[in-house]
Amino acid sequence: MKRAINIALQPELPDDVRSAVMEVTARLGQLPGALLPVLHGVQDTLGYIPPDAVPLIARELNLSRADVHGVISFYHYFRSKPAGRRVIYLCRAESCQAMGAVTLEKHIKQRLGVDFHQTTANGAYTLEPVYCLGNCACSPAMMVDDELKGRLTPAGFDAWLAAEVK
Amino acid sequence: MSITVYVPRDAGALSLGAEAVATAIATEASRRAVDVQIVRNGSRGLYWLEPLVEVVTPSGRIGYGPVQAEDVGALFDADFLHGGEHVLALGATEDIPYLKSQQRLTFARVGIVDPRSIDDYRAHGGYRGLDAALAMDVAAIVQTVTDSGLRGRGGAAFPTGIKWRTCLDATADQKYIVCNADEGDSGTYADRMIMEGDPFALIEGMTIAGLAVGASHGYIYLRIEYPHAQRALEAAIASAEAQGYLGADVRGSGKPFRLEVRMAAGAYICGEETSLLESLEGRRGQVRFKPPLPAIEGLFGKPTVINNVVTLASVPIILDKGMAFYRDYGMGRSRGTLPIQLAGNLKRAGLVERAFGLTLRELIEDYGGGTASGRSVRAVQVGGPLGAYIPVSQLDTPVDYEAFIAIGGMLGHGGVVVFDDSVDMAAQARYAMEFCAIESCGKCTPCRIGSTRGVEVIDRIVAGDRTERERNEILLRDLCQTMLDGSLCALGGMVPLPVLSALDHFSEDFSGTAHHAAA
Repeated sequence: MKRAINIALQPELPDDVRSAVMEVTARLGQLPGALLPVLHGVQDTLGYIPPDAVPLIARELNLSRADVHGVISFYHYFRSKPAGRRVIYLCRAESCQAMGAVTLEKHIKQRLGVDFHQTTANGAYTLEPVYCLGNCACSPAMMVDDELKGRLTPAGFDAWLAAEVK
Repeated sequence: MSITVYVPRDAGALSLGAEAVATAIATEASRRAVDVQIVRNGSRGLYWLEPLVEVVTPSGRIGYGPVQAEDVGALFDADFLHGGEHVLALGATEDIPYLKSQQRLTFARVGIVDPRSIDDYRAHGGYRGLDAALAMDVAAIVQTVTDSGLRGRGGAAFPTGIKWRTCLDATADQKYIVCNADEGDSGTYADRMIMEGDPFALIEGMTIAGLAVGASHGYIYLRIEYPHAQRALEAAIASAEAQGYLGADVRGSGKPFRLEVRMAAGAYICGEETSLLESLEGRRGQVRFKPPLPAIEGLFGKPTVINNVVTLASVPIILDKGMAFYRDYGMGRSRGTLPIQLAGNLKRAGLVERAFGLTLRELIEDYGGGTASGRSVRAVQVGGPLGAYIPVSQLDTPVDYEAFIAIGGMLGHGGVVVFDDSVDMAAQARYAMEFCAIESCGKCTPCRIGSTRGVEVIDRIVAGDRTERERNEILLRDLCQTMLDGSLCALGGMVPLPVLSALDHFSEDFSGTAHHAAA
C-alpha cells in the first residue's frame, strides 16, 4: 500500500474530529492490522467516521485514502454520517422471520416513519437491519445500542418506545 | 449464612429482563434483611425458562422460571430462598428432562459457573486440559486431538487435528491461533453462550492450540453484535493474565501465549476463514484463494490455526479426559457431541448438546415441543442461511455431517430453525439470494452478480404465467449450478442450497396463482 504524502489534500477538520483521530491513531496505530481497531475507535468517539477524516487516518496509518475508504465502505457497521441518538438494530434473519419479524419490521418502520439506514426526523433513532443477533431462541430480536431485546412484538416495541420517550 | 442465588447475565436472558430481576432480588433481599449473594452465571440454554433464577439449597440448585421482576416479591413470600413452592418453581435444575437427557461435554460448565471467576472455572475442572497438555510432547497433543475425531464445528467440519498438524509442521518465526467468533449464521448462538457463560474454556482451548503448534499469539475475531461476549472475554483474559495462565510464561512452562479480542464490523463474509484473516489484517474482508492454506500461510503470511469457538472450547475436555472419552460419543465419522441450537418457531427453543446420531425429529418434537404458534411444522432450515430447507418427510435424518450431505443439506454450525405452515418458501428462497447479494464480498462474479440476478429470476417466477414460470425455473436452476461450481467460497457456493431445496420440496409456493393458504 502506498503512502499518501500530499499534505495539501488534508482538508481542514473540526478540532474534535482531528483530536479524536490523533488520539485513536496514537493509541492503536501500532497494532498489527490496526485499521479496524482504529476505525472502531473513531466511530466510538465521534459516533461516525467523517469522510473528511479519511485522509488524516490514512496519513497516520501510512495507508492510502483508497485503502481506508474501501474498508469503511465494505463493513456495514461503519457509518459515514452521524446516527440518531440511539441506533436500533432490527434482526431480519431466518429465525426471527419464523417468529414474525417481517410484520414487526413493517410496524417499526411505519411507527418511526423511516426505512432502514434512515434516522427519524427528530434525530432520536436510526434504524438498521442486522443479520442475526445470536438471540435466536428468543426471536424476534432487536438491539438498541448494546441492549438486547427478545421475543419482541409490535405492541412490545410500542411499549418500549413509550417508556423511552418518558 | 449467605444464600447464593444465580441470575444469568447471558445476553438472551438479559433480553428477557434478567437485569431487572437481579436488581429486584437484591432490593427485596436488603428490604427483608436477608443475606443473599447474587452470582451472574451464563445460561443453561433453556431459553423458554429465561430468566431462570436458581437458588443454592442443601439439596442442590433449585430453579424458578421464567421470572420477571414483578414476580420477585411473591418468590420471597414463597420462601424461594429455601426452595419454597411457587408456580414458577421447576425443582432441581439438573433434573429438568430437557437438561438431564443431554450429554454436555463442551457445555459442561455453561450456566453453572460464574464466568467472571477463574477460581470457579478451576473448581469445575477448568485448566486440567492445559495441565495435561503441558506434560505432553507437542506432537502428542496434536495426535490426541486428531484421534478424538474432533471436526471443525464452525460449519466446514474439517478434521481439527489435521489442521493443527499442518501448522505444527510448518516452520516459521511466528505462528498464530485465530478463533473465529464471527458467529453470523441465523439460528446459531452456541459460540455466544460459551463466550458469555464459560469464556475460560475458549481461552484454555486456544492456549493448548498455541502450545501444540508453537504459536505465541492468539486473536479472537468477535462479531460486533456480541458486546456482552466482548466484556466477558476481556474480563476473562485479564484474570487469566493475572494468574499466569496467559502471558510471557504460561504456567511456568517458559512458553509465551498472549490473547487479544478484535472486533469485527458487521460483515457476514468475515466468518469465512480467509476473509476473516484479511479483516484482521485491516483490509476489506475479501476471500483469498486457497492454496496456500492458512495453516501454512495465514495471518500476516504466517502459519495460522483458525478454528471456531465451539471447536476450541472442546479441546480442554479432550486433553483432560483423553481422546477415547470424546471419540466414543457419536456415529460414523461424526465423533463426539454437537451443541445444537434450536431456534425459530419452537415452544422450547434452546441449546441441546448431544452425541451425533439423534434425529431432527427428536430435536424438534421431544426437545422443541413443536411450534410456538401451535401450527404444524412445514420446513426446517439447518446450518444457517446457506443451509437447505428440509421438509417434514426428511425429519428422521440423523444429526451427522455425512447424513446431511446425503440429503443435499449441511449440518453447519448446528443451528436448527423451524418454520410453521404459514411460511412462504418462495419468499425464503428470495431472501436467501437477497442476503447473498447484501453480504457478498464481491470477489467472484457468480456470487456478486448471480445473487442479484437470482432475486430477479425468483420474482419473475412468482409473478409470471405458467410458461414464464417454467422458463425462469430452468434459468434459476442453471444460475444455481453456476454459483455452485464457480464461486470461490461457501457464500456463493452454498446459497443455492436453500434456494434449490425450497424449489424442490415446496414448488407449490412458487406458482404465483396458488397463494399459500396461510401466507
